[in-house]
Amino acid sequence: MRDFLLNATYFGVALSLIGYVFGLLLHKKFKLALFNPLLISIAFVIVFLLIFKIDYSDYNVSAKYLSYLLTPATICLAIPMYERFQLFKDNWKAIISGIIAGVLGSATSILILSVLFRLDHELYVTLLPKSITSALAMGVSEELGGNITVTVSAVILTGILGNMFAVLICKIGKINEPVAKGIAIGSSSHAIGTAKAMEIGETEGAMSSLAIVVSGVTTVAAAILFSYIY
Amino acid sequence: MLYIKQIAVILTITLISEGIKFFIPLPIPASIYGMLLLFILLNARIIKLEQVKKTGYFLIDIMPLMFIPAAVGLMDAWISMKGRIIPLVIITTITTLIVMLVSGWTTQFMIRRKG
Repeated sequence: MRDFLLNATYFGVALSLIGYVFGLLLHKKFKLALFNPLLISIAFVIVFLLIFKIDYSDYNVSAKYLSYLLTPATICLAIPMYERFQLFKDNWKAIISGIIAGVLGSATSILILSVLFRLDHELYVTLLPKSITSALAMGVSEELGGNITVTVSAVILTGILGNMFAVLICKIGKINEPVAKGIAIGSSSHAIGTAKAMEIGETEGAMSSLAIVVSGVTTVAAAILFSYIY
Repeated sequence: MLYIKQIAVILTITLISEGIKFFIPLPIPASIYGMLLLFILLNARIIKLEQVKKTGYFLIDIMPLMFIPAAVGLMDAWISMKGRIIPLVIITTITTLIVMLVSGWTTQFMIRRKG
């Protein structure tokens, strides 16, 4: 069995997809944020690899073709942005304010929590760029002397949390405007959150995509400034 | 035919974005340049919506799958952080929820104020 899996060309891709579909089924049955298809698929793959003692690199031989599509898919987020361009023009002040509030809220809350948990400076700057897209966050973390692997872990965890809790938080916080929902999701949880925003609606997805770009670039400046504080 | 042309357009833009990233020494990922480039090309009508729409929405639809391998790959990183993992998870969770609320509330407040 193990020999077969290690040699199967489609093992990693199929395992990931089965995990995701399994997550979709669980989510449909239980309707809980915890049964998030992305989270379930990740847990499913990890448990499977541990049980069958398969190395990550053997899984990734085939699974890497999923990641391979990420750059063109992210670029295609420009399509909903283009289709909702009029909404940007009509609401640009609200959108920019919301994104800047998110960027400052992120840096401030990380600062306060780092002080409370007595994190060292390295871990503090490692976390500062955590709400933006991973490639950009890696650049900021490196520039500020952070630990890049930990930054990427925090970025991905942030994305998964955003994907899991977007619907619930918008409901609890009474964020009902589709534009505001999209900005909230994209500012807090970059592309992984945006995948959820696209499922909620096209306007939410378009706004979330825009927030990835604007909050990404703004966070670079904010992270550098905040790195001097603590 | 339809999909061949659309995939060709999207992958050409991806390649150009990688070129931009190669020549500009900033830590900005190719995907960000690509989003801006495709957005500009659509607005300038150099690329028409129908030339990318179907394939574009297909890629967006399957996007959640593309995060699985990287997240699984962090398995070892999480294990190596054991001592610090609890504060990290707590801080990440709290800040993510705070940012979502602050950003959403601010946007909604501004939209509704406008009336």
